[in-house]
Amino acid sequence: MPTIFIRLFLTLVMAVFWLNPVTAQNDGDHQNHSDGNSNSEEGFDAGKFVIEHVLDAYDWHIASYGDKHFSIPLPIILYSNYPELHSGKKLHVFMSSKFHHAHDDYKGFRISHSEEFNGKIIELNEQGHEIGRPTDLSITKVVAGAMVSAIVLFSLLFAAAHTARHNRGRAPSGTQNLVEPIILFIRNEIARPSIGDKNYKKFMPSLLTLFFFILLTNLLGLIPIFPFGANVTGNISVTMVLALFTFFVTNISGNKHYWKEIFNPDVPTWLKLPIPLMPLLEMTGMITKPFVLMVRLFANMLAGHMIVTVFLSLIFIFSSLMGPAAGYGVSPISVAFAVFITLLDVLVSFIQAYVFTLLSAIYFGMASAEHH
Amino acid sequence: MELVTPNVGTIFWMIIVFGIVAFVLKKFAWRPILNGLYEREESIESALNAAEKARQEMANLKAGNELLLAEARKEKDAIMRQAMNLKDGIVAEAKEKASFETQKSIENARRQIENEKAKAITEMKQQMTEISLMIAEKVIRKEMAGNKQQQEMVNKLIDEIKLN
Repeated sequence: MPTIFIRLFLTLVMAVFWLNPVTAQNDGDHQNHSDGNSNSEEGFDAGKFVIEHVLDAYDWHIASYGDKHFSIPLPIILYSNYPELHSGKKLHVFMSSKFHHAHDDYKGFRISHSEEFNGKIIELNEQGHEIGRPTDLSITKVVAGAMVSAIVLFSLLFAAAHTARHNRGRAPSGTQNLVEPIILFIRNEIARPSIGDKNYKKFMPSLLTLFFFILLTNLLGLIPIFPFGANVTGNISVTMVLALFTFFVTNISGNKHYWKEIFNPDVPTWLKLPIPLMPLLEMTGMITKPFVLMVRLFANMLAGHMIVTVFLSLIFIFSSLMGPAAGYGVSPISVAFAVFITLLDVLVSFIQAYVFTLLSAIYFGMASAEHH
Repeated sequence: MELVTPNVGTIFWMIIVFGIVAFVLKKFAWRPILNGLYEREESIESALNAAEKARQEMANLKAGNELLLAEARKEKDAIMRQAMNLKDGIVAEAKEKASFETQKSIENARRQIENEKAKAITEMKQQMTEISLMIAEKVIRKEMAGNKQQQEMVNKLIDEIKLN
């Protein structure tokens, strides 16, 4: 059964991808600490700089000049676990500018600097001690970035839909010309071969939405100018939602044959009874498939953002280690590398959107395939 | 560890954002775009088919035309041949008729000539008779008293004389 091999292979791939960010993160933490110790007197902490650039934030930082920080405040929405500390109020909505770039407390909340909750909002008791996190539904930078790309996506596709409606039966024009080749590519190269001519039309909207959202979000993430440049697809929560979308579409559209393959596959009976070995394996496969999607997109986009930031921070590392002249000297090389990596990221953006859509299409195809 | 830990708030908002995106795009973007695409593909396909059909028809028509032309040419040839034959026939007939007419007029002329000749001869004979008679009268007047017997004898003699 080739599908089992595919699943095993994917599980292995997943394992590799799963381990790497963790170890990388651990390395990063180590480096972070050592950098923090060694570089504290020079004033530049590369590890912190890089991690802060790829992490989510409560406000949208644009630039800093000396001690002045320019950033767009974003709404903070908290649901307190200890309403008695906030005069009985449970829901708290305010702008992130109230924290003054994590320097001040506000209404018994604080952006923590502690080891455990670093950068997250925590609740304080009367004595000013951190007692835990509230339910945090803030519109963070990542959420705002996702909204920005949703708005861009809407304006792009509504324009195309508008011309499509007006151009019925005639040659396409305007934005329609930009979008249609991609739609045709997804249909002819992804949906039709993976799902089959009979069922593919049903899945086209899902695949197109996935592809366009991921591609656009990836590309907007590479533009370092507000309101773009948020590391949206390099955030595991975002890719998790995208993977969950694929998971639910797959399982909701799963036909009888799909569920039979999971609970009663064509294998010797001793593999199913008394211990349901194969069904368990198949159910693991059900979960690993979207899991792989989640981790792959996340890791690729995160890595791209991180490398660009690392190359740029080389300027500041050199200038803090050997003086400003070294920083200026190294900047052309740094910028050249960063440009190269950004261009590579453009490629990666397309590839990752393609791979995510292709794998989703294959899973949809598995769920809707007839018995062969 | 924060990098790989999903955040509840982000997940919550992403579900809302992506759910809206998926729903709205499906309803207001993909439906018209895909419908337009499928419609256009169908119309192009049908137009191509129609063109192919028209081409076929054209070829058929051309073949029919050629057939018609060949037939017309054949008919023309036949008519020409017929006309030629007719002409030849008419000419021959006319010639025959003309020669017959000529013959007839020649015959007529001859007959007329013959008649005239005969008439002339008879007249000549008569005149000759008269002249002879006159001569004979003069002669006989001189020689004979009664001329009745003489005239009868002379007439008999003249009748005996056959011209030619």
